This record gives sequence, C-alpha cells and structure tokens, in this order.
Amino acid sequence: MTQPNVTLFIQCLVDSLLPETGDAMVSVLERLGVRMHYPPDQTCCGQPAFNSGYRNEAAKTARRFLDIFENSEAIVCPSGSCVHMVRHHYLELFRDDPVLLDRACRVGAKTFEFTEYLVDVLGVTDPGTQLGSRYDGTVTYHDSCHLSRGLGIRRQPRLLLENVPGLTLVEMDDSDRCCGFGGTFSVKYPEISTALADDKVQTILATGAGAVVGCDVSCLMNIKGRLSRLGSHVRALHIAEILAGEGK
Amino acid sequence: MQQNSDKTYSELSRDAIGDEDLHAAIRMVQNGMGKGAQAMWRDEITPEHRRLAKEARLRTLNNLDAVLATLAEKIRARGGHVYFAATAEDARNYCLEVARKNNVRLAVKGKSMTSAEIGMDPLLEENGVEVVETDLGEYIIQLAGEAPSHIIAPCIHMNRKRIGKLFQEKLGIPYSEDPPTLTRAARKALREKLLGADMGISGCNIACAETGHVCLVSNEGNIRMCTTMPKVHVALMGMERVTATLAEHDMLLRLLTRGASAQKVSTYVSFMGGPRQPGETDGPEEFHLVIIDNGRMKMLADPRFREVLSCIRCGGCLNICPVYGRIGGHAYNGTYCGPIGAVLMPLLEGVNKHADLCRGESLCGACKDICPVHNDLPRMLSELRYMLAYGDEKWGVEPVDGAEACAFKAWGAAMSSRTAYDLLVKAGRIVQVPFVKNGVLGKGVGPLAKWTASRDFPPIAKKTFAERWKTDHAKRLNGADNE
Repeated sequence: MTQPNVTLFIQCLVDSLLPETGDAMVSVLERLGVRMHYPPDQTCCGQPAFNSGYRNEAAKTARRFLDIFENSEAIVCPSGSCVHMVRHHYLELFRDDPVLLDRACRVGAKTFEFTEYLVDVLGVTDPGTQLGSRYDGTVTYHDSCHLSRGLGIRRQPRLLLENVPGLTLVEMDDSDRCCGFGGTFSVKYPEISTALADDKVQTILATGAGAVVGCDVSCLMNIKGRLSRLGSHVRALHIAEILAGEGK
Repeated sequence: MQQNSDKTYSELSRDAIGDEDLHAAIRMVQNGMGKGAQAMWRDEITPEHRRLAKEARLRTLNNLDAVLATLAEKIRARGGHVYFAATAEDARNYCLEVARKNNVRLAVKGKSMTSAEIGMDPLLEENGVEVVETDLGEYIIQLAGEAPSHIIAPCIHMNRKRIGKLFQEKLGIPYSEDPPTLTRAARKALREKLLGADMGISGCNIACAETGHVCLVSNEGNIRMCTTMPKVHVALMGMERVTATLAEHDMLLRLLTRGASAQKVSTYVSFMGGPRQPGETDGPEEFHLVIIDNGRMKMLADPRFREVLSCIRCGGCLNICPVYGRIGGHAYNGTYCGPIGAVLMPLLEGVNKHADLCRGESLCGACKDICPVHNDLPRMLSELRYMLAYGDEKWGVEPVDGAEACAFKAWGAAMSSRTAYDLLVKAGRIVQVPFVKNGVLGKGVGPLAKWTASRDFPPIAKKTFAERWKTDHAKRLNGADNE
C-alpha cells in the first residue's frame, strides 16, 4: 500500500486554545506512517459565522479554505463540527454558485473527522497493537451533535476506545444529548447553555468515570469549563489524547 | 395571538431554569414520550416509511390549491360550510358571525391551537359567548388563566398539587391531589358545560380531501362530545393540514400518534365530514370548516420555508429538545413553542419580534432526528439567522444586532489572513495575562464575561499548533513535507 498523504486541518480552537490535541493527532498519525502536510495559512472553516447567520463572512473564509485545501489527497480534522461545516454547510453557502458548489462537493468528500479517517480509511481497529495506546482508567464518551447526528459517526470512536488496553468504557445516559455549547449560543444565552451543560455533567458524574472523552474540542471545552467551575476532578479529553497516550 | 409576558426569552428562561418541578415534569415527558418515539422509529417504523410520508406532504403542499378545493367540494356536497380565511381576523370574525346567527351563549372547545393562533376566545367572550376548553389539560390551564406550555400536553408545567389547589379554588371541591378524584371533578364540571353548549369548536389534526373529512385524535374522548353534542360545530384548520388521499391520511395518522406520545393509535380518533345526515342520530345540525391562511401562503411561496408546512404538530420535537427540556413552553412566549415554535412563530408573527427564538437554540439537530416527517428545523433556524444578520426585504426583516455584525466583520478580516489571525492571537495572549488564574480564565473576563460567569475558559496557548508544527513536528517528521 502506498503511504497515505494527509493534510492536517487544525481548526482555530485547537490551534490557539488546545494545541495539545493537534500534537496528539500528529503523534497518532505518525505512528501509522502517514505522511502529513500542514498548510500554514489555514485559519478557520467559517463555522462560527455561519451558525450565527453571517453567511457572507462565512463564505469568505470558506472560499479561502477551498483554495488552501483543494489539492489535498485527504483532509483530516480533530473536530466533527468543522468537518460537518465543510461537508454539509459549504453546500448551502455556495448553493447559488455552481463552480464553487462543485469545488465544495469535491473538498467535502475528502474531508474526514479524525476517528472516521482512522477506522474507515486506515482500518485501525486495535489501537493497542497498531498505535501502542494505553490508558489506565474508566472513561465515558460524549457524542457531540454534529459528529453523531450530523455525520453519523458513533461507532468509530467507540470501537477505538473499547480496544485501548487498560481502558474501560462506560456509557452515560443520553450520551448524544447536546452539552449546550452551540457556538455563540453559549455566549448569547449563557443561562440556558449552562443548564444544558449541568445536565451533561450530571450524566457524566453518574457513570463514576474518571474522564469524559469526545471528538470535538468545542464541546469538551464547554463540559470541562463547567466541570472545573464545579470543582470536579473528572477530566475532559479529546480522543486523540487517549490514543496517543502510552499509559500514565 | 396568545402571549402572556413582556419579559424577554432570556428572562423567561432564567425563571424556568430555576423551577425544579418544571424540569422534573418535562424530564418525565421526554424520557417517556420522546424516547418512546425514538424507539418506534428504530424498531417499528422504517426510515423509508417516514421518507414516503414526507414526500406525500410535499406533494400535497405543491398542489395545495387543488387539494383544498377537493376537500371543500366534498364537504359542501354533504351540506357543510367551508370558509377560506386569509387572515386571523377573517377567521375569528367568521366564527363570531356563526355564533351570532345561532344565538350562541356557550361554546365548548377542544384540540385547537389554531384558535389560540387567531386569538378567537377573547373576541367571542367580548361578544357575550362563554368559551370553555374541554380537553382536560386545556381546561386546567384555562382555569389557571395560563397558556399551554406543550403542543400535546398543554399543562405539563403543573403538578398535581397545583392542580389540586386550583380545583379547590375554582371548582369549590375539597383539596385533593389524587388524580382520579381530580379527574372526576373535572369530568363533572365539563359534562355540565358540554350538555349546555350551543356551539362546539375544534381544531383539525389532519383533513383528507379524497373523503372530505377532518380527523381529530384524543385520549380523553371529550372532543367527540364537543363536536357532536352542540347543534353547531366549527372546525378550524391551518391550510396545510390536509392530505390528498386516504392512504396518505392513514400514513400520517400513524406517524402523528407515535411522534406525539409513542402510541400506535390514540384512544379516540374522530372523523367528521359535515352535519348530521338524514336518518343519522348523532352530529351537529350545522358544520363549518374554516381553512386558515394567516401567513402560510407566504411560507408556501418561499422555498426556504415551504418544508415547515409539512409539520403535523405532534410535538415530538419538544419531547427531545434539550433547550425546551430546560426552559419549558412558556419561555417561548407564543402559541407554538419548542423547536417548531422557534421556526413557526417568527414566520407567523415577524422574524424581528421573535429574534430570540431564532437564535436561542443550540442547533443540536435532535428535533430533526425525531420529526416523523423529517422537518429540517435546524436548517430553517439557520436561514432565519441569516435573515437577521443582514435583513431580508421579502420578510421585512431588519438586521438585528449591529455590534455583532461588526464583530463578525472583524472576525472575517482576521480569519482571511494568517498574519492577521496571528496578530489577534498574540494580542490575546497579552490581554489575558491578568485574568489567568490556576491555568484557566475565571469569572468576569471582558468579552467572555457571559461564558465565564458559570464556566472556566482555557487561556490562549503559549504556542499555537502552527508554531509547534514549525518548531517541533516538521523538524521531527523526517521525510514529511515541511511546508
């Protein structure tokens, strides 16, 4: 098999706030012998603007995204909601422009969420053997909205987690109930957003797990922010950090 | 239209979030009916079935004029009256006229959110007609002087203690919180009204053009008394609540009861197609069907929103929505609440007026998943936000938030160049210094104040991923492309 070529799409939140997630993803792909490219000009896919209704601004960044990533073989991103933006919302943004729409379709088809790429494209099923992953502890998994409902990715992260040596996966109730982040919703309606986060925190704590794992840093940031404010020691980890871990 | 409060969505939400009884009650509904409906979609009704139902809905909407003409023709042939009301005012005036002609003193009502939408009760009452709700939940909130808080479970926000006190006060019975005792008291009071009423007013769950009937589903049976005992029956329907064929009607009815309450069929399903026919013993002497536009044509004409008219008002979206689950129906402050209300109310009453409803959902998509006819409410909310961002001439929308528009303009500029983005990150690193405590941004941080009131926020990293790539990864990854 020829060496896979991956272009890293490190969205703005990971780049500026939680770069360790990007490091972990690089480490995992490196162990699989993937050849990585990182276009240094990348910024954001436009999702915050799109979700708030500012489609002109979103379209501007989306066009830029197409320019930067168009020639990639596969684009991989540690965030379900950004992939959902590129794969689905770009089509809405460019619905009146056949040329851009066509470009968006082609780019969307080769943009993958991290666990989706690992399982569905590279065929990773046993992180212990294939990646040397190890995590000693119990974790619970949060299905973020755009990843699970939007992209239909529920199986892949669970398959990976279940096969990490030392790790016990316990399901929380309503794992696919929204954590209340919703982009600017969390700032515009902070009380509602916090109430939703509290429901999420409650189901996490009820599992007794030491960590909650997800594939979207935005949700994790919201959940972690609330856990930390409530003084909980439960960790919020991106799945890449678990897979890159070699035991504690 | 029914509206109770001058408070904003945020204020009403805040009140509701503090109401633990409300939270517990909605939780119960969501865990029972919401999860029940999801299980039915998983185990019993195939996605194909729902797709076909949606197709049928859209096909009917595309031919709505012809379908409604057939419905009207069939009903008129049986001696019923059909009135097409362009506006809410037309609809309520027509009802008043029917009441006047028949010297109506007491009207009994049931299963009609449309009557709330057109603001009918106040007009009838001003004209000396007493109006009594006969659906138990509706009756309770009418006694309490409140508005419904759920599409199919209108008094879900009240527990039995509150209802006990209400009945003690309004019906003069000894206090009780025993459901059968309370139900018996309501039944006794309602039977008296049903026996004395001159006019029955109902909604219409689904009408059928092929057979010329309207159909109502209920679990209490009051609706069949309400529509057959008084000498006049007026049925109100939104112009979209119709199917072309009986086969489609059947398909939708199955989805309606499942989506609403995870029931295969409700206890009572009533079909009505006109006044009592010669030789029949039951039914009203006069039957009127009022088919209401009130803004629906405008939705029909806009390809972005036509889809919303395929809604069959099962309330399934309320039974899954995490936002509704926390704030309840009253926070939406309109006739229709929950995710469907968040799309419908702005389109019916003005996008600017209900801007908070367009923006106050997390776009999680659960409502789309549970909707029996796959209505894509998140997509339509996104379209409404698009209108609010720049204005929309066709719908008379003004841009809503100048400060936000400026912020997104600046954001757009920053995201359009990596140099600008990097500058922003560097500035952020400097600005955040005094606020970082124990590795997080705590309470009251400038533009993040609303976030950090309840949640910690991660500070900007010392080195961005882009910097790490350049200094760490690219160097290490021999053979990698060091772009």
